[in-house]
Amino acid sequence: MSEVLVQTEEQITERIHGFLARSFAGRTLSEEDDIFALGFGNSLFAMQLVSFLEQEFHFQIESDDLEMDNFRTLRAMVQLVKKKIGA
Amino acid sequence: MRWPEDYNEFHRQWIDFTEKHIVPYAQQVDHEERIPAEVIQALRQQGAFASGFPADKGGPAGDPEDLAIRHGLMHEALGAGSASIQGLVNVHHMGGIIIARWGSAAQKDYWVPRLTSGECLAGLAITEPNVGSDAAAVELQAMAVQGGYTLEGTKTWITCGQSADVFLVLARMENGPAIFIVPSNTEGLTRIPIHGMLGCRGYMLATLRFERCFLPAEALVGRSPFGLTHFAATGLDQGRLNLAWACVGMARTCLEACLHYAQTRHQFNAALAEFQLVQRMICRMTTDIEAARLLCWRASSTRGRNSPAAVKASTIAKYFASQAINRIAADAVQIHGAVGCSAQSPMQRILRDAKIMEVIEGSTQVLETAIARYTYNEAAV
Repeated sequence: MSEVLVQTEEQITERIHGFLARSFAGRTLSEEDDIFALGFGNSLFAMQLVSFLEQEFHFQIESDDLEMDNFRTLRAMVQLVKKKIGA
Repeated sequence: MRWPEDYNEFHRQWIDFTEKHIVPYAQQVDHEERIPAEVIQALRQQGAFASGFPADKGGPAGDPEDLAIRHGLMHEALGAGSASIQGLVNVHHMGGIIIARWGSAAQKDYWVPRLTSGECLAGLAITEPNVGSDAAAVELQAMAVQGGYTLEGTKTWITCGQSADVFLVLARMENGPAIFIVPSNTEGLTRIPIHGMLGCRGYMLATLRFERCFLPAEALVGRSPFGLTHFAATGLDQGRLNLAWACVGMARTCLEACLHYAQTRHQFNAALAEFQLVQRMICRMTTDIEAARLLCWRASSTRGRNSPAAVKASTIAKYFASQAINRIAADAVQIHGAVGCSAQSPMQRILRDAKIMEVIEGSTQVLETAIARYTYNEAAV
């Protein structure tokens, strides 16, 4: 569990970007790259991603949050996190 | 760090329960291909159905990592007694966890207390005549109609299909997969028992036929995101780890039986234990069990901490443990000789059950592909 309270959009972006880079063989993604179009969107990766976001930013993703558009790009994920943690 | 010896007392309680309430029925369950009501009642009273669920809905309270390890050790003990009976508890958790994790507030409030108490037992209906490992290709159709949905199609090889009170059913809608809560007494749902399987004969398998099966709108748990089967994957992932722990328990039973037999059976004026080729088999069993237990331990620890590493860890644990029990059970039969091949021997039952472990909740080959993909993805380029 992260000990640092993440607040800024830049910090959120950096952390998610780091996770995606570790998951995708170090590939550098832009904020607008569509991870599903790139072929990374399988159900097991989705489970890892959900766990990462919950553990890293201390909130719970609900069924209603599981819209494809919330996870399609780095920018979309950052916006979801901001909404969930009220940043 | 949590150490295995810290859980000896907890584990011993489940081993004692298994020896008293599971082991005496294990051969009967295998022969009759059904689990007696008194076994289910004993599991209910012991709290087996509550383990793994949230505390506010009837599950055990405590630190999540601690609870995840205890959950695994429970499945280890149940597997040591009977893979079939462990399967009943396993599919209950696999189906139930989908509601507990992804259900609406109303679905959670209604179903989870009934599941944790064991009043209702859950099953998970994914596989179909044309759909096995490729769950995303599910064919059972869900059509939106006034007031809800109708299901049309067939599920098969469903564990506890004959006995579960409620099924989590993966279906295909117009624009992607979805999962529904279907009580077993729903009009239009027919259960057709399957008998004569190689192993895990007490799974009480059934084919489920859905014919104009109407469900109210609130039966929909959710639409799967990412165009795939995320909700179902939650259940399968949990089931994989439970099954890995069960393999460790089955292996422990084999090793204990072999140690006893090898020390009491004499040939050529020596106990079997004295022969080095028997020692080699005992060595392999011991090493496989230690390794499988550590992989399960790590997977449960990461699962309890909700770590992203848990999915890969569970996959590896199941991959290794399910192959290990096949090696171990084969050697256990070998050490027991003709006795091990007899209908009365738990060893031959475990050998048959072991093969099932390599087939369900992700076949060995599917897991190999998944683990290789994780490794490729994580490798620095």
